Amino acid sequence: MWDYTEKVKDHFFNPRNAGELKEANAVGEIGSISCGDALRLQLKVDPNNDIILDARFQTFGCGSAIASSSALTEMIKGKTLDEALQVSNQDIADFLDGLPPEKMHCSVMGREALQAAIANYRGETFHDDHEEGELVCKCFAIDSKLIEDVVRANQLTTVEQVTHYTKAGGACATCHEKIENLITKVLAKVEAAPAPEAPAFVVRPQPSGKLARLKKIEAVIETIRPMLQNDHGDIELVDVDDMHIFVKLLGGCVGCQMEKMTLAGIEQKLRIELGEPIQLVPVSDWG
Amino acid sequence: MNAIYLDNNATTACDPEVVSAMLPFFTEQYGNPSSMHQFGSRVGGAIAEARREVQALLGAAHDSEIVFTSCATESNNTAILSALKVQEGRREIITSAVEHPAILSLCKHLAEHEGYTLHVLPVDGRGRIDLGYYENLLSEQTALVSITWANNETGTLFPVLKMAEMAKGVGALFHTDAVQAAGKAPINLKDSAIDMLSISGHKLHAPKGIGALYLRRGMRYRPMLRGGHQERGRRAGTENVTGIVGLGIAAKLAREHMQAEWTTVKRLRDRLEAGILLQTPYAFVTGDTENRLPNTANIAFEYIEGEAILLHLNHAGIAASSGSACTSGSLEPSHVMRAMGIPYTAAHGTVRFSLSRYTTEAEIDRAIAAVPQIIAKLRKLSPYWGETGPAQKAFQPEYA
Repeated sequence: MWDYTEKVKDHFFNPRNAGELKEANAVGEIGSISCGDALRLQLKVDPNNDIILDARFQTFGCGSAIASSSALTEMIKGKTLDEALQVSNQDIADFLDGLPPEKMHCSVMGREALQAAIANYRGETFHDDHEEGELVCKCFAIDSKLIEDVVRANQLTTVEQVTHYTKAGGACATCHEKIENLITKVLAKVEAAPAPEAPAFVVRPQPSGKLARLKKIEAVIETIRPMLQNDHGDIELVDVDDMHIFVKLLGGCVGCQMEKMTLAGIEQKLRIELGEPIQLVPVSDWG
Repeated sequence: MNAIYLDNNATTACDPEVVSAMLPFFTEQYGNPSSMHQFGSRVGGAIAEARREVQALLGAAHDSEIVFTSCATESNNTAILSALKVQEGRREIITSAVEHPAILSLCKHLAEHEGYTLHVLPVDGRGRIDLGYYENLLSEQTALVSITWANNETGTLFPVLKMAEMAKGVGALFHTDAVQAAGKAPINLKDSAIDMLSISGHKLHAPKGIGALYLRRGMRYRPMLRGGHQERGRRAGTENVTGIVGLGIAAKLAREHMQAEWTTVKRLRDRLEAGILLQTPYAFVTGDTENRLPNTANIAFEYIEGEAILLHLNHAGIAASSGSACTSGSLEPSHVMRAMGIPYTAAHGTVRFSLSRYTTEAEIDRAIAAVPQIIAKLRKLSPYWGETGPAQKAFQPEYA
């Protein structure tokens, strides 16, 4: 069972702005019948100032598809068309306090229906270039399409390279077999998939002293920080001993559904960089 | 109000008799059956008794033909890998398009990575196999045929007895995944040509984590797990004693209740189907309605999506499952519905109601009252739906 947020459930059980909009002057119809979602978005746009006066949806889809449609209509009402176009699928997911990674495509569909409706109003044609594959990396929500494209474009041959390019496989590592299979498929190799990667932490020379080691840890954390800040979070280094690195997650990271995945990803990166099998320990209040 | 559990093909409640039989083996009779003392020997006796009960449920000729495993997936993997190992000259596998993933993913893996040739039998719109087509695929190259006894989504029964005879004709081994059939359909292995059969405890009111594999006496076999003499060396590893005892009692109870499945349970299933279909237009039962398990009703509700139906059902206290893509996180609806050629707009809206001997008439009546309203509510949201039927102006979105 999906771990839907209360907000998703609310918008699913009590959808806002559902049904037909008779006086609509903009219509967007988007669907992916094979993955079981289709959406008609209707807008009533004020021709004088491009403000969206009303928005209604009709959706064939799962709980998160219906909730995303409902959220989208709430978000764009009262906005001008240009303002509405600024709404990203991440914004829709954020409005709903998050969606499971497998369900992010539901928010993408909402965003595309909006683009299609606005194109329809402006007399343009909307070309949907969005394609999806099977979700491979559940930690970072990376699908097979993206991995295949990146492998092909860069002639990647190892899982580690794929992780560096896409983040896929960088946290829990359970998708490595799937990534290997995609690499094999793309490179059309006849022989079996490459042997599994050696343990991720390659032994490297130890930093000469404690201070150097600490600096190295700080440097790794600095490279991760922008990613967390993008999601309105942050990280603070609290303490370090021989085996453990104690950190505090801040802001948006606290209580986030992805908290464990984030920590696993950071831990993996620290292990690789330090060449030591350290453990990352989250602390909520140190001291 | 209590929740109504209509998802017994997913898993079942442990029968209270099963649980009470298991309990002493956690606390008092905790011995290892291999041990040379009284703690061990008592446990050994309990395992022997459980084995005889499973033998009786499956109508096997000998109790030693039953090997306890951890689950049906293990049984299936063991059976398939063994069959290939003992017939290295034969490189072809035949299975069907409507097998459980425990069979299909393994067979596809063997074809893609181990160089075996895989033949997947198609099914018709009712989920039936064409035996003529099957016959043409059988050859001296066939190592193994693996066909489910009953499909988990629709309950459709397959002619495994006949298909096993046909496989024997070319010297191929025949395995059947009888997870859904065991305890619901009569099985009599000693009079059949079936070589291997898998069952799972938790589908017949035993706990999760116990399964069994039938291995016909005299058939060549290679174990998957090596390391100990347990199960006469055919499945190493300390016995899951509590699970085995539970499965034994569950097998005994299943035999006693077999008739109820085809009378009481079937009558309730038919009542549920009729009750829902009478009030719901554009809905139909999938699978071979003439030839299926008595407890399973798979209904396709056109123009709406299954996960949304399940969320509303859950809200109304009814547990069921769906073949929609969204319930699994995949991008495709159920492979079973696709194999039967069910159109996407119906395949995504399939809901499986699976009953058990615990299901009551009052529960069925509550489900009949709730389902049509949920369907109507979701259709109001659907762009494919008009006022009382499919939208007059066909909805044709730009497809990604």
